[in-house]
Amino acid sequence: MTRFCRILSVCLALGAAAHCAGGTISLLNVSYDPTREFYSEVNAAFSKEWKARTGDDLKIGISNGGSAKQARDVIAGSEADVVTLALAWDIDALHEHGQLLPADWQQRLPNNSCPYTSTIVFLTRHDGKIKVKDWEDLIRPGISVVAPNPKTSGGARWIYLAAYGDALKKNHGDAAAARRFVEQLYHNIPVMDEGARGSVTTFTQREIGDVLISWENEAWLVMEKIGRGRFDIIYPPRSILAEPPVAVVDKYAKAHGTEAVAEAYLRFLYTPAGQELAAKHHFRPELDAVARQHAADFPPMELFTLREVFGSWKEAQKIHFDEGGIFDQISRSRR
Amino acid sequence: MNPASVPHSPLRAAPVPLPEQPLAKWLLIAVAVLFSAVFLLLPLVNVFYQAFSSGWALYWKALSEPDTGSAIRLTLLVAGISVPLNAAFGLAASWAIAKFDFRGKTLLLTLLDLPFSISPVVAGLLFVLLFGAGGLMAPWLEAHHLKIIFAIPGMVLATIFVTFPYVARELIPVMQTQGREQEEAALTLGAGGWRTFWHVTLPSIKWGLFYGIVLCNARAMGEFGAVFVVSGHIAGQTDTLPLRVEKLYYEFDPAAPFAVATLLALLAVATVVLKAFLEWKSRRET
Repeated sequence: MTRFCRILSVCLALGAAAHCAGGTISLLNVSYDPTREFYSEVNAAFSKEWKARTGDDLKIGISNGGSAKQARDVIAGSEADVVTLALAWDIDALHEHGQLLPADWQQRLPNNSCPYTSTIVFLTRHDGKIKVKDWEDLIRPGISVVAPNPKTSGGARWIYLAAYGDALKKNHGDAAAARRFVEQLYHNIPVMDEGARGSVTTFTQREIGDVLISWENEAWLVMEKIGRGRFDIIYPPRSILAEPPVAVVDKYAKAHGTEAVAEAYLRFLYTPAGQELAAKHHFRPELDAVARQHAADFPPMELFTLREVFGSWKEAQKIHFDEGGIFDQISRSRR
Repeated sequence: MNPASVPHSPLRAAPVPLPEQPLAKWLLIAVAVLFSAVFLLLPLVNVFYQAFSSGWALYWKALSEPDTGSAIRLTLLVAGISVPLNAAFGLAASWAIAKFDFRGKTLLLTLLDLPFSISPVVAGLLFVLLFGAGGLMAPWLEAHHLKIIFAIPGMVLATIFVTFPYVARELIPVMQTQGREQEEAALTLGAGGWRTFWHVTLPSIKWGLFYGIVLCNARAMGEFGAVFVVSGHIAGQTDTLPLRVEKLYYEFDPAAPFAVATLLALLAVATVVLKAFLEWKSRRET
């Protein structure tokens, strides 16, 4: 029994040591799905800068997954110093369910704490069998569309809201028509993966579906990693301005004594160096100078904001995604 | 990937041959062979084919990445802690069940089978609810600055849970067929408890014990669901091999996930070979 206790305490100690390896500072960034490549470069660049600035070795851990799931993990005790999630609602949850940061967290960094933005675009197969230009092409009968599940994925919520918002605008604010549109759209979606990355794999590796609705940066990643010539990116004339925010998780950062470095890490994202990395990974930079330099990479399109069409995440969540909301109703009518 | 079927005893009595029915016999054999070829052999071959599809150099590059290295180390650590603990527990439990009569024996047997019947994901969530922030143990853990969930201890606990029955389930039938007479004889001849265990019990169960450990280890290293829930997914820190494979697959790398998967496939092959060897060995000795 004493031996058992000893082994147990050793493994407990190992767990504790994983977080504060002696001499070096460690920082944990809990992020959403499509940022793996971007943050692995940011982490390397910022560690180098921090070392030059303070002489401290900085080890930054990164965790990726569906945005809502990641938020739940942080609430349940995954001690992230910073979170970089797909939407503000998931960071609001950290305040609401765990008091991990103050309610006004979004006011602490520029641009509502969004160092980069993105939008929702389409990816089609290059064979040219199916031609789509705009949202209404996606509801043509016989077209099979792939998109993740809004219940679990942040990107999927932006996708849903983009589709709904565009339909609302086309129908001069007629909510019933917009609802009919998303209903028809989701009837054309045979599989809904848990996260945006899952949908990309479904579309590209398992070769299911004619059109993938996806983050702009994710669509470009597919072009770069899996090869141009197999897919085409289609920019619809109008889409949503997706705003993925970042925040220091006060409670955990305070406990780890990493508040200063955590904030510096997030502020680094707003510097020209950080913005260049964002642009390189096809996130739309917040800094005008950098955005202008990369203007060619981000075709102009009409982008509406969540605030303009849906008011706030709280309202959008309640009307569309909560239990019994519009998304549930249209999913039920599907059966 | 791992041979996680409910283990059966290698020491089962030889079956009584049925009267020969050639057609049924060959049909059954054909079905069994076809089934194993399609569902077991083909995926296994495919893993190796995909892993080497981009050549040896990329294969080695995928395996020598630091994050993969840390996944290998973590997998060995988790199995290294949970397998000995479960071996010790399995030995104790099977001894108690096979050699003694007591109230609640059936209850203990049922509890032992629980991990077989619970989905590993649920098992993982169970630990999150118990040890996570806001969980039952949270105030105590926080007061003592201990971290279990989303860290290595949680992954060890989850692995112990899912591999809990393997050794015990393997040993109980072996010990039951052995009966108590030999131990009772040793005790009446004046041997102490430990001596009886080392010289009488252990030699007669050793192949069954090894077999249980091999199965337990295969499952511990291959476990995905339960570990997935409690891991926190920090690259290079809390990814075991199966989690690493999943992550690589989602990073659009054509060969790397399969390269890492070959390690797990080799583990499975080694397990099957060891199993065959142990069965052969135990049959020769009885």
